[in-house]
Amino acid sequence: MATTDGTLALGPGVDAPVRPMGVFARPGSTPGWRGWITTVDHKRIGIMYGAAALFFFLIGGVEALLIRLQLAAPEGKVLSADLYNQVYTMHGTTMIFLVVMPIGASFMNYLLPLQVGARDVAFPRMNALSFWVFLAGGIVLNSAWLLGGGADGGWFNYAPNNGVMFSPTHGIDFWNMGLIITGISSLVGAVNLIVTVLNLRAPGMTLMRMPVFVWMSLVTQFMLLFAIPVLTSAQFLLLFDRLFGARFFDVSQGADPLLWQHLFWIFGHPEVYIMILPAFGLISEMIPVFARKPIFGYPFMVFSGIAIGFMGWGVWAHHMFASGMGPISVAAFSVATMFIAVPTGVKILNWLATMWGGKLRFDTPLLYSVGLVTMFTIGGLSGVTHAVSPADTQQTDTYYIVAHFHYVLFGGALFGFVGGWYFWWPKVFGYKLSEFHGKVNFWILMVGFNLTFGPMHILGLQGMPRRTYTYRDNYGFNFWNLVATIGAVIIGISFLYFFWIIWKSWKDAKAANAVLSGDPWDARGLEWMIPCPAPAHNFDVTPTVTRLDDFWHRKYAEDESGRLIRVAETADVSMKGDGTGVHLPSPSYWPIVLASGLPFIGWGLIFNLWFCLLGGLIVITGIYGWVMEPADDPEAGHGHEDDHPSDSDDSSAAAEVAAPEEAALVD
Amino acid sequence: MASADHTDHGLVTSTGVSNEKLGMWVFLGSECLLFGGLISSFLLYKNRSGTSSLHERPHDLYDLAFTSISSFVLLMSSLTMVLAVSAIQRGELRNTRVWLGVTALLGSIFISGQVYEFKEFLNAGYGFTHSPAWSAFFALTGFHGVHVSLGIVMLLSAIGLTLTGRIGRGQAESVEIVGLYWHFVDVVWVIIFTVVYLIK
Repeated sequence: MATTDGTLALGPGVDAPVRPMGVFARPGSTPGWRGWITTVDHKRIGIMYGAAALFFFLIGGVEALLIRLQLAAPEGKVLSADLYNQVYTMHGTTMIFLVVMPIGASFMNYLLPLQVGARDVAFPRMNALSFWVFLAGGIVLNSAWLLGGGADGGWFNYAPNNGVMFSPTHGIDFWNMGLIITGISSLVGAVNLIVTVLNLRAPGMTLMRMPVFVWMSLVTQFMLLFAIPVLTSAQFLLLFDRLFGARFFDVSQGADPLLWQHLFWIFGHPEVYIMILPAFGLISEMIPVFARKPIFGYPFMVFSGIAIGFMGWGVWAHHMFASGMGPISVAAFSVATMFIAVPTGVKILNWLATMWGGKLRFDTPLLYSVGLVTMFTIGGLSGVTHAVSPADTQQTDTYYIVAHFHYVLFGGALFGFVGGWYFWWPKVFGYKLSEFHGKVNFWILMVGFNLTFGPMHILGLQGMPRRTYTYRDNYGFNFWNLVATIGAVIIGISFLYFFWIIWKSWKDAKAANAVLSGDPWDARGLEWMIPCPAPAHNFDVTPTVTRLDDFWHRKYAEDESGRLIRVAETADVSMKGDGTGVHLPSPSYWPIVLASGLPFIGWGLIFNLWFCLLGGLIVITGIYGWVMEPADDPEAGHGHEDDHPSDSDDSSAAAEVAAPEEAALVD
Repeated sequence: MASADHTDHGLVTSTGVSNEKLGMWVFLGSECLLFGGLISSFLLYKNRSGTSSLHERPHDLYDLAFTSISSFVLLMSSLTMVLAVSAIQRGELRNTRVWLGVTALLGSIFISGQVYEFKEFLNAGYGFTHSPAWSAFFALTGFHGVHVSLGIVMLLSAIGLTLTGRIGRGQAESVEIVGLYWHFVDVVWVIIFTVVYLIK
């Protein structure tokens, strides 16, 4: 194994930067924080995505608690009306763009190359770029709190309310700039991960042998690829309006505010599936492991995901039933929306059928997976009620909607992510999270979640409006609001507990000093063939795949009566992590340099165009430095036994330089 | 295409298309939607030229003959781009530089024409802030102009890299990828020219 200090250090390499071009240095593998900021290792980048998302999750969580404290009792005084508007807008924006999406990206970055049997992603430096740009966008968005206040128009910032006249602070400008920058990050990531999945599959890994998570990620990345530029174009129009006096949303000059709604929701509805499909993929990996059965109806799982990917583009206007767009549009989108529930239902039934008759082992990851299936089903059912447009016109802008999307995004996506953390934690960090505490934590979260968002169904049907900072005493909203606030506090406690569990498990593992096997769950995917934590070079030899769940079938076969029999010990079919001569992509400074210019462009557009010049120069320096530096540090080490080829040409994807293939070794 | 003629150590990718080229194709797919949003906005707004006494719409002021010529120039640059790619694939570095340079020059002529056109409209009193129609016109054609300009920068950078020896016959695919971008920008202009200029 190539670690020197800690669980994640890269192997020893050349410490001093080399200067093949005389000007542009490429760092060798460096320890400590410099290793992290220059890393192009998809595993480290995945970890950084997760860590940054958890940091933003704390911010978004505090905002959520402020909202609930304000609404705990009638005539709340915690927040002013203006501050309340900013807090719920920033809560929604943060949770969507800076928490759920990057946690999905974190899993995809870490797992996709491992699950398709690749050395790294297709473009390792662009992978680092997408993380740093995401972080830059998150910083720009949240810098609004320090520079005059956040956006205040809801996460969708409808026109014309988003104009300077109705929102004179710079909050919406920060929102614009921050999300354009995170959009660049998503675009870079989408290109990278799509090419990785299409191009870097191990021998024999045909499309229909890819794990369901890889499929769902691929669909997600295609949706990002096509949805993000629509949001970006809409945000550019708004930016021109707000900062340079254009007339895109100036109703007095004949502009149509519905343009904003259409552009926003053409992005916004695919976005919903962008957030949930990665979690669907995660539990499709976890449930078969704990049911000890293959996923039921694999092709249906794949094609229902693809169907969601396509149909997700035809339902956007169900967010606009109350906008007066006419009965034909409403009817069409109403039917389409009911129809998209079908592939989602297929998935839920397949998960149930996977568990049916299985020898279920209720470890923490399975608890969270079942939590996703049940909570998402509740959210899905209330979602179908929105598809019925007459009902929706009653529900729209009430807490019923808030209940719905928290059931699908918190009860759905986030439950899947937390389950995924418990499941893949040993692969990433080399120790398991405590099972006992994990189960307790699950039940606390489950209770808190339902106490918070369950009552919102009732409040919504009683007519309590969203985005209103308070309510009167005699409206009959008091009791359920208090319950929801108590639930929110319980959710907060459950996440503090989760952080404590991480610390406690780490401490216990350190004290026990036991070496974890590479396959602690007796799992199915290729990523479990390699040690825990995953070595820097991933696979010692590139595995050759002959079927879905190849690793499982190397361990188990079925006898004549269909019973499972073990055919090989796990250790015998696993890799030792001692591969030699593996050529890893070299670290690079340029991704973080390039990304660091973007916030200055954003702030410059808002405050002073001279900052744009500074930011632009940094970005240009970054781009040319990137192009000029050799793709590989010619003197860097490649793991322990250094035998890299002497040529160092410009192949930008050193990940392509694969280890020996398994098939070649066997034959 | 076969991946044997580029420099990733002869490794064949799962699709047979190199990562870089597939990445550019995927990126261009995304660009389609960016222009899709802007083109839709223009189509919605093209007749909304405001309430002031200056209320002519963009297509009342077009000089179709002028724009047709500059469009022709841009389309011809696709031809010279193909010649540049063909030259580098045969290893003729000098011809590569010539054709890349001609492509960049034709692109610059197109951009100059656009600047001239914008100035004419500004002189007539129709700026970016005039009305939804004019905002949409300038945003759409301006975004396209920025794309062409970035393409010119890429072409010039490619010329520079052939001079320093960093792009040679072995890296013909880098030029081909720049070409993909360039052709895409041209194709988008065909759509914009049709939608914005030709359709009343």
